[in-house]
Amino acid sequence: MAILAQILFIILTATALSLFGKNLLKIRRNILIGKAGFLNDQKARRWKNVFLLALGQKKMFKKPIVAILHLILYVGFIIINIELLEIMADGILGTHRIFESYFEKFGLASLYNFIINSFEILAAMVFVACILFLARRNMLKLKRFMSNDLAGWPRSDANYILIAEIILMGLFLVMNAADTQTHFIISSSLQPLFSGINKDTIFIIEHTAWWLHIIGIYIFMNYLPYSKHLHIILAFPNTYYAPLTPKGMMHNMPEVQNEVLYAMQPELAPTGVAAPASFGAKDVMDLSSKNLMDAYSCTECGRCTAACPANITGKLLSPRKIMMATRDRLEEVGKNIDLYKNFVPDNKSLLHDYITVEELMACTTCNACVEECPISISPLDIIMELRRSLVMEESNAPQEWNSMFSNIENNFAPWKFAPDDRDAWTKQA
Amino acid sequence: MKVSTMAEMMASGQTPEILFWVGCAGSFDLRAQKITKAFATILDKAGVNYAILGKEEACTGDPARRAGNEFMFQMMAYQNIQILNGYSIKKIVTTCPHCFNILKNEYPDLGGNYDVIHHTQFLQELIEQGKIKFTDSNEWKGKSITYHDSCYLGRANEIYEAPRKVLESLDMELREMKRCKSKGLCCGAGGAQMFKEEEKGDKRVNMERADEAIETKSDFVASACPFCNTMLSDGIKNRDEELGIEVLDIAEIIAKAIQ
Repeated sequence: MAILAQILFIILTATALSLFGKNLLKIRRNILIGKAGFLNDQKARRWKNVFLLALGQKKMFKKPIVAILHLILYVGFIIINIELLEIMADGILGTHRIFESYFEKFGLASLYNFIINSFEILAAMVFVACILFLARRNMLKLKRFMSNDLAGWPRSDANYILIAEIILMGLFLVMNAADTQTHFIISSSLQPLFSGINKDTIFIIEHTAWWLHIIGIYIFMNYLPYSKHLHIILAFPNTYYAPLTPKGMMHNMPEVQNEVLYAMQPELAPTGVAAPASFGAKDVMDLSSKNLMDAYSCTECGRCTAACPANITGKLLSPRKIMMATRDRLEEVGKNIDLYKNFVPDNKSLLHDYITVEELMACTTCNACVEECPISISPLDIIMELRRSLVMEESNAPQEWNSMFSNIENNFAPWKFAPDDRDAWTKQA
Repeated sequence: MKVSTMAEMMASGQTPEILFWVGCAGSFDLRAQKITKAFATILDKAGVNYAILGKEEACTGDPARRAGNEFMFQMMAYQNIQILNGYSIKKIVTTCPHCFNILKNEYPDLGGNYDVIHHTQFLQELIEQGKIKFTDSNEWKGKSITYHDSCYLGRANEIYEAPRKVLESLDMELREMKRCKSKGLCCGAGGAQMFKEEEKGDKRVNMERADEAIETKSDFVASACPFCNTMLSDGIKNRDEELGIEVLDIAEIIAKAIQ
C-alpha cells in the first residue's frame, strides 16, 4: 500500500514537472519569435535593476500598504516553498517528516521547530493578506480593477490565484495541525478542533491535507503559464533586460537611417542589397523579444493605465490592454505554430485585429506607463512600433499629421511658415 | 541686442562657447517667441558667448518620429547633423524639451554627438556661478507658483530639480500639484498630439492638467516647454478667463528679475 502511494507520488510529480517544463519552453519559444533579441550590455547595472526592482520591489513601495501585503505574499511564497523539499522527500521515500528525524539526530530538533514555526507564521500572514487582497479587488471598487480591460477571464484569473493561495495555506496549516505529534506555533491552536475525533480519522485528515496540498501546488504551478501570475518568474529576467537608456530615447531604425543615407549620398549605397521587408511592427513577430517578454510578464495590475493621461481623460487607449492584447495575439500565434510547425498566416495581426488605430493615436508618449510599471514593462515601445508600421507601411496617418509631415519636408518646421522667417524674432529682440 | 548666427561667427573667426538651439516653436510661434527672446536676453546679460543657427536650423524631426514617420525624422536628422558637425558644435542649449531629448539621446546614434543641456539647467548653472544677478526688489518675491513638469524633461530625462531650484532662487513660494515630478501629468501635446485633434474622450488632457494647476491656487504656473505652455494657457483660459493665471516659462520669469 505504501509503495503504491510512493509510485503514485513519483508519477504525479514527474507529470507535473514535465508539463510545467514543456509549457515554459513553449513560452520561451514564443518570446523568441520576436525580431530583435535582448540587450545584455552593462551587466552590473542590469543586476542592480534585478535586485532593486524584482527582488527589492522598489516601485511597489510607491503604495506602501499594498507593497507590504504584496511583500508578505512574495516572501511567504519563496520561504514556505522550502518546505516542499521535505514534502517531496517524504512523498518519494514514503517517510513522515524525514528532515525532522535528521535534525533530531544532530540535536537540532529546536531548529526544525523554529523553521516550521516560521513557515506557519508566514502561511498565516499570507492567508490574511490574500483575504485582504480579495476584498480589495472585489469590494473596494478601485477603478483599475473595475475597468473593462479585465472583463471576463482576466478578472477571474486574479481571483483564482488568491483563492488558490488561501486554500494552499489552509491545507498546509491543517496538515500540520492534524499531525498530533507536533505542536507548531499556529497549527497547534487548530488542534482542539480534532479533540474527540478518533486517531484513524485524524490520520486520514492529515494525509488528505498533505495530498491535497501537494496536488494543489502542482495545479498552481501548471496554471502559471496560462495566468497573468507568471510575473513571479518573469519579473526577474524582465527587469534584467530592461533598457538602460533614458526613457525619452526611442530606439533607432538603422535600416531607415541607411535608406536616407544612400538617398543623400548614393555613392555609399551598396549594390545588390535588398531593402528591408517591412518597417515597424504590424504583428507580434515584428516586435522585439523584450516586448514579447513584457507581455508575458504583465500582471495586469493597471498602474500604467491609471497614470495614462489618455485613459484618465476617457480615451480608448489603455497601456495595460496593449500588453494583454500582445500576449493574447502571441499565444494565438504560438498555437498556430504548434499546429503547423511554422507560422501560417491567419489573416490577422496585432495591429487592427487586437489593437486599433484609435488606441494608438491617443498616446502622448509621456512615459507615465513606463515609469509606473513595477517590473520595467514598456507599453510605449509597442505603441511606437505599431505607429511606425501604420504610418510607414500603410500611410495611415490622420490628415493633420500628413500636413505636418509635408510642412517639415517643405518648410523645415511642423507649421507652414516661411523658412526665411526662422530668425525673424532676432530683429525684434 | 545683437543675436549672432554661427555663419556670422565663423566669418569673423569667432567660436561661441554654446549654440542656442531655438526650435520651431521658439522661432515661429508668437507665444514661444517671447520665451526665446527672454532667454536670449538672459544669455546676453549674463555675458554668455553664444550663437544660433538662424535660417540654417531645421526641425529636429521629433514630431515626425513620434508620429511614426522614421523616414522624415532621419532626413531631418541627417541635414541637421551635417550642419552641426560642419560647425564643429560641441555644446547646445535649447528651450524646448523635445529638441533637448532628441538632440541629446537620439542624434548620437546617427553621428551627432554634442553636450546638450536644457535651458533650465543652464539657468541653474548661471545662477550658481553668480553670472545672473537679480534686482533687489524682484517682482516675484513671495508670489506663489506651481511648476508643471514637462514629460520630456522629467520622466524622459529625469530632470526634476533644476527648474525648481531656479524658481526657489527667486524666493517664490513653490506649490506642487498633486501629480508632480515622476508622477507629473502630461499636458497633452507630446507624441505629435500638438499637431492633431485629440481622440474622442470625456475631457481634453490639457483641461485635466489645467484644473490641477488651478487647484493649487497659485499666482502663476511655470512651464519649461513651449508646447506645455500653449496647452496649459489654453486650458486655463478655457476653464475661466477671469482667473487670469498666467503661464510663464522659467526663462521669462528670470528675464524679468534680472539686473
